[in-house]
Amino acid sequence: MTPFTYARASDVPDAVRLASLEATKYLGGGTNLVDLMRETIERPEALVDVTGLSAAIEDHQGGLLIGAAARNTALAEHRMVRETYPVLARAILSGASAQVRNMATVGGNLLQRTRCAYFYDPEGSRCNKRSPGEGCDAVGGFNRMHAILGASSACIATHPSDMCVALAALDALIHVQGPAGERTVALTDLHRLPADRPDLDSTLEPGELITAVALPSLPTGAHSTYRKVRDRASYAFALVSVGAVLAVEDGIITDVRIALGGVAHKPWRASTAEAALRGRQATPENFRAAAEAELLDAQPLRDNGFKVPLAIRTITATLGELTGENA
Amino acid sequence: MPIIINGAAVSLPDDPRVSLLDLLREYLHLAGTKMGCNQGACGACTVLVDGERIISCLALAVQYEGRAITTVEGLATGGDLHPLQRAFIEHDGFQCGYCTPGQICSAIGMAAELERGLPSHVTADLLLDEILASREELAERMSGNLCRCGAHNGIMDAIAATFIHTETSRSTGPDSAEAAA
Repeated sequence: MTPFTYARASDVPDAVRLASLEATKYLGGGTNLVDLMRETIERPEALVDVTGLSAAIEDHQGGLLIGAAARNTALAEHRMVRETYPVLARAILSGASAQVRNMATVGGNLLQRTRCAYFYDPEGSRCNKRSPGEGCDAVGGFNRMHAILGASSACIATHPSDMCVALAALDALIHVQGPAGERTVALTDLHRLPADRPDLDSTLEPGELITAVALPSLPTGAHSTYRKVRDRASYAFALVSVGAVLAVEDGIITDVRIALGGVAHKPWRASTAEAALRGRQATPENFRAAAEAELLDAQPLRDNGFKVPLAIRTITATLGELTGENA
Repeated sequence: MPIIINGAAVSLPDDPRVSLLDLLREYLHLAGTKMGCNQGACGACTVLVDGERIISCLALAVQYEGRAITTVEGLATGGDLHPLQRAFIEHDGFQCGYCTPGQICSAIGMAAELERGLPSHVTADLLLDEILASREELAERMSGNLCRCGAHNGIMDAIAATFIHTETSRSTGPDSAEAAA
């Protein structure tokens, strides 16, 4: 690990001031950043510990405002999350292990980096995300875990978070503060597709700090859940996951939001499928047709063609499950 | 401010790179806590911080200033082993013993989570105040601790015998250990 200085931020302005040095990273629970630093993939000169900033989870405009320092466990455990946003509780509980969830912060989860094995192999593999312009060994390599949507010739990595998939389906807003002041960005605009700059995971400016996540209220009668498909029963990253919110009245879909994990460089909001379903009957046939429409543009690689039918089936099954609850 | 390890105040190292695991093993020579993968995948380094289980390999020690850490060395009272330690012996909860300190600390943290009603990935109803501690629940909640000897059935028996007092959770099934791995 490259040497670094360590400072604890007392409040948000203090954190932003401390992070004005160029090679500074904000530190949450460390479950991803410390690992990346040990592998020398991240080499910050300074860490600013933001775990002492707001971890409050409170009512906010009919929804919730979540301090970015809230631990993943605390968010999944929160009564209103379990009652009103089960998709979020279930997504968090399906990620990592209990020990990691106890440490990891909400802000850190938002900014965790891909687990692409080539990204994680600085000694032996080329990676445009790690070393821009170097090339990508995943494209012609073992790419069973990689992206089928929105990838580029420069990068086929997937975003690893379960929580972010739920937040994408919930239309979450991310509160950010930086040297230029405060702003709010939609979760779906926080992460990027790789294009020719896979080294950039997010749209945050240098020095910007995520301070909170806001969840808007859900439409009346909406149900939500999260379904994750992985290689083993627990403690594994998603092959495909689906976060979905569905509201049905008299058999007609009045509101639907679907986000996919494990398929793209960012949580993938399935807007094609949503458009195909809104105002239509909530039937398995319509769910499947919408899922197929969403995956029409998929570009599977050598080893991950299975993700296309898996995503279609998982979307269909998840919406079906929500209809069952609604009946 | 120091860090509290098994009730004793200890100074933090000057170098912020030192993990909590390295502080325990290399600086304090508390070798009970084990280094397995050193990247958060195996759970061998699990310790309790103010009663909550974490993995010490990815924890920078400096972040835990003022906190109370309990390692496997801190579980016995006087000469008496913790009930879970006794149960591990009774139920053959280990072979080589390398994952055991992590398993035991993790299970103690797990029992507290279950007690306060924290749901898990396999909890069907997120709104129940009391969660039935089925074999499936225990396996899911302990999935962050790997055992490569294959002692998971004994581990589950020891945990169930210590913390769970219903027949359901004691029944052994061939599928339960695989879910934990």
